[in-house]
Amino acid sequence: MLIKKPADILYSEITPRDLYLNRRKFLAGVPAAFLGARELLSPSSRAIAGTKLPNVQKSKYTVDEKQNSYQDVSTYNNFYEFGTNKDEPAQYAKNFKTSPWTVSVEGLCAKPRKFTMEEILALAPLEERVYRHRCVEAWSIVVPWVGYSLSALLAQVEPTSKATYVAFETFFDRKQMPHAAGLQFPYVEGLRIDEAMHPLALLCTGMFGETLPPQDGAPVRLILPWKYGFKGIKSIVKIKLVSSQPPTSWNLTNPPEYGFYSNVNPHVDHPRWSQASERRLGEFRKRPTLMFNGYGEQVASLYDKMDLKKNY
Amino acid sequence: MLKQRWTKVLVFVASLVPVLWACWRAWNQDLTANPIEYITRFTGDWTLRFIVFTLAVTPLRKLLGLPDLIRYRRMIGLFAFFYGTLHFTTYIWLDKFFDLADMWKDVAKRPFITAGFTAFVLMIPLAVTSTTGWIRRMGGKRWQALHRLVYFSGIAGVVHYYWLVKSDIRLPAMYGGFVGVLLLYRVTVWAVKRRATPASRARIPAVSPGTVRDNT
Repeated sequence: MLIKKPADILYSEITPRDLYLNRRKFLAGVPAAFLGARELLSPSSRAIAGTKLPNVQKSKYTVDEKQNSYQDVSTYNNFYEFGTNKDEPAQYAKNFKTSPWTVSVEGLCAKPRKFTMEEILALAPLEERVYRHRCVEAWSIVVPWVGYSLSALLAQVEPTSKATYVAFETFFDRKQMPHAAGLQFPYVEGLRIDEAMHPLALLCTGMFGETLPPQDGAPVRLILPWKYGFKGIKSIVKIKLVSSQPPTSWNLTNPPEYGFYSNVNPHVDHPRWSQASERRLGEFRKRPTLMFNGYGEQVASLYDKMDLKKNY
Repeated sequence: MLKQRWTKVLVFVASLVPVLWACWRAWNQDLTANPIEYITRFTGDWTLRFIVFTLAVTPLRKLLGLPDLIRYRRMIGLFAFFYGTLHFTTYIWLDKFFDLADMWKDVAKRPFITAGFTAFVLMIPLAVTSTTGWIRRMGGKRWQALHRLVYFSGIAGVVHYYWLVKSDIRLPAMYGGFVGVLLLYRVTVWAVKRRATPASRARIPAVSPGTVRDNT
């Protein structure tokens, strides 16, 4: 285990200093922020290319739509650990250390254990799946992700019958993520076990045939194409099988606006904006948003008899 | 120097730099993966900045002892309206595609749109009556009273931004701080004057001829 979880006492000691330093950094940044100087001074960043992933098979879970460019997908990111502006993760995640990396899979299962990234990559055949990706902010992209169904990893630890939910956690280290803001960290997400076991739920290790760039959630993340993008937790270090609904970061931040399920639903507006339509990056006109982001045929049965207005 | 004509030209050109910068980036196809969002945010930011600049003129005149700064206030205010118009145009064109019915639905239903729309609409009478002719026609007192609407435009603009962001409120808080301090200055001046006796009020120096009386 190379990524050590800091001891509780250490964490509580560090926090006030961090807050203090952040406050100073914030105040110092006010004049620059006021004039948008950051944007004026720094040229738009170039993405770092990943490593080619071998033996990637085509998947049947693929939509036949025009894909967005690597440039789009790697320079327009929400990854608040690396800043809250879309262009910030591409700059501030450049030196994010994603190797060595382990993912701990634990909780209500027969064989809890840690997986190295090498083990995760070799666990099941890598597939390329072209998915629609819809952000809660009403923009969307089409991306050729690489990975395999999350169920393949979960099967390894043999979840018990008591495991009704799965909780996920993102790596967090203030030293590597000095621009983290806007949320409580570490970022946490959750799924019902049947959602997690659905074949569309992708344990994603790459895109465009290569390993993920850091700003897109390297080295391993979730992609849940029928849910809003923020459910697709990035840079996962912990997966825990649990018996009650786990907390989720955006829900903790603003419960009326972000629910546990967060399925793409054009009929349930965000309290502050409409979800009926979206802007596909690269298109001029907005396009109508599809129920479950167009994956209703596969996933609607998961939510039979559920009031999706209440369970947003 | 503040009295010279070229300084006004300089401020005019400087105020155009942001829009020229955006045009340059557009020309180079460098407006991020979501150019429409970029333009919306860019024009919105600059509207708020110019409102703050406008509100800062009076306090800076007094605090720095530079009464001639008043020469630039109208132009800076009109640039706030210019960037506000660009911002509104981006919304009505690239977001609503001139669907006015849809726009009114937004204005009624979405509080952050209501606030932004209010901030913009409040600037229209100020831009229209910004000419010397209108000041004469209305009379200094009434003109000045009308132009206090800019305070509410500033507040509505900040609220618009605050209600728009998902969770990182640092930038709206910063603009709120600037607008708050600049409005607090006026409240303080007003309160001090109110408490002053009529005799001491008479001692407040008169404004130089040719400029609008500016004791806000």
